[in-house]
Amino acid sequence: MKGYRISRSTPESTVGLIGFGALVVVLGTLPWWDSDGSLQTPLVAILYYLALAQMWNLLAGFAGLVSIGQQMFVGIGVYGMLQMAEVGGVDPYVAIPLAGLVAAVLSVPVAAFAFRLRGGYFAIGTWVVAEVMRLLTTESNDLRGGDVRALTRESLGGYSLETRTNSVYWLALGLAVGGTAIVVLVLRSRLGLALRAARDNEGGARSLGVSIARAQLITWVVVAFWTGCTGAVILLNTTSTTAGSAFSVTRWTALVIFMVVIGGVGSTTGPIIGVLVYWIIDEQLGDADAWRFIILGGIAAVMATVAPKGVYGLLQQWRPLQFFPVRRRLAGGPDNPSPPDVGDPEPQTAAEGEQ
Amino acid sequence: MEWVNAIVQGILLGGLFALFATGLSLAFGVMRFVNLAHGDLAILAAFLAVSFSATLEVNPFVTMALVVPIMALGGYVIQRFGFNWSIGTDPLPSILVTFGLAVVIQNALLERYSADSQGLDIGTFETRSIEFTDDIAVGWFPVLILGVAVVVLVGLQLFLSFTRMGRAFRATADDPSTARLMGINDRNIYAVVMAIAFATVAVAGLFLGIRQTFGPTDGPAQLIFAFEAVVIGGLGSLWGTLLGGIILGVAQTVGNQVDVEFNVLSGPLFGHLIFLVVLAVRPSGLLGRGRG
Repeated sequence: MKGYRISRSTPESTVGLIGFGALVVVLGTLPWWDSDGSLQTPLVAILYYLALAQMWNLLAGFAGLVSIGQQMFVGIGVYGMLQMAEVGGVDPYVAIPLAGLVAAVLSVPVAAFAFRLRGGYFAIGTWVVAEVMRLLTTESNDLRGGDVRALTRESLGGYSLETRTNSVYWLALGLAVGGTAIVVLVLRSRLGLALRAARDNEGGARSLGVSIARAQLITWVVVAFWTGCTGAVILLNTTSTTAGSAFSVTRWTALVIFMVVIGGVGSTTGPIIGVLVYWIIDEQLGDADAWRFIILGGIAAVMATVAPKGVYGLLQQWRPLQFFPVRRRLAGGPDNPSPPDVGDPEPQTAAEGEQ
Repeated sequence: MEWVNAIVQGILLGGLFALFATGLSLAFGVMRFVNLAHGDLAILAAFLAVSFSATLEVNPFVTMALVVPIMALGGYVIQRFGFNWSIGTDPLPSILVTFGLAVVIQNALLERYSADSQGLDIGTFETRSIEFTDDIAVGWFPVLILGVAVVVLVGLQLFLSFTRMGRAFRATADDPSTARLMGINDRNIYAVVMAIAFATVAVAGLFLGIRQTFGPTDGPAQLIFAFEAVVIGGLGSLWGTLLGGIILGVAQTVGNQVDVEFNVLSGPLFGHLIFLVVLAVRPSGLLGRGRG
């Protein structure tokens, strides 16, 4: 068995990472060369949508937890930020990770209920919990979710408008890049191996000693944290909210699901493609809100039936490229020049790629 | 006495929830399929009734004779040529397809009928009631809804127990591949199940539209109530679904009464909390046979 090693990187994943790094540098310096903000303003929303998309994909595409309740974490982040910055007098930038932490802590009791349900019923169960949180926020005398509440000038501290605009942009970029990095790191870890083993063969994984419930819970809490942070940044961007918009299933879950499904569920590149497709469609449609949902929902429903791995899956059939080093391959060794994949995230497409 | 009245009204409301939940429960029982567009289909049926009663100038009750068969046919076709592709051991594709459909229906209704609330007016029958005491009055229409729910559930139970097709339903639910070996066309069975589910939810949607005003985005709430009734009652049990609907109905009306008297909680919230309690204490539901 000498000479074998597990390799995750491929030539194109090296190119992919360098390209991704270069793109991050270009986007990071954008406030200095996009002086009129014509690119920066729409990009903020695109970037936090990418963060939400990566997180939903980590749950649904890898951990087998198809949630329709992601708006609960966004809402917790929004109201966490409001309460800490407006009532508690915490610096809004310090409040971002704290709001994420609140979401992570609250996600544990939510899991205690929702994890009793599976598949489609888990999906509706998470939706019910998000609905309960929206109603509690609306009826609470402290949170006053029925009214429009805003971050005022005082709680935004001594920060100038320009500082705030640029920092919100960089924060959104950080959430998107960080969200992608979280998915890559989780997939490269033992946790990611456990999740994929459970996804591909639950009984087999269990018999090999994988604690599926534990792996799912850890992923759930991580996703809650990052989605909560994203919610806090969303409030920093819009500055005002109601419980209805903070806990909106269409904005924070339906749109996100459509993006991921169109781009490709269960791959790291899929959400990026999906968000870009969304951006293009969104630019064409302008204010036609109902049509946006009809078109995106229609495409997603058809894609989920005929091309369940999305645009990325179709690309894989054409040429099996791996832009992020997440897939384990057995490399080297004397008698095995073209080794099989190990812990393969896309079994079907890889099989087709070998033909 | 207000409390007794709240409970009586809750039991009657439970009939409507049970009717909403029947299709969801049946589709899950036979093919482990969860249709997230279930509530939006009810609203779609109610809007169809609005259009038909306006163009044909008939009582909305009469449009039921058109709406229910149309919806049933729609259910058969969409399952046979759409949903069947997404059925499998992995629940993800079916969730995504039906969720996409739900959002498409909502927004198509918004585009066609605007966001304004609509109602179905069937005349004086809607408000007629029997008064037992000054505080307790039972409306004929809610009684009719509960009656229809019971008839539908009993009929479905008899159909499953005593007909050839009902036997095929149960065989497919237990083991689709063996059922196929016995000459059962499971794709057809699934399509018939969905036709029944669409028909029952269309009836429920029309009753909802007669009871109260409705708008294009009211579907998800109905899906959630139906789902809660199914889980409270127990997965895979039709009697459980009736019981679950009634418990949810009582929880909501009692919750509203609590809101009136003490200004805390609200009907739907109290219903959600009862659902969460049942989920925590008895995840298989009150009459359920096992975990879903």
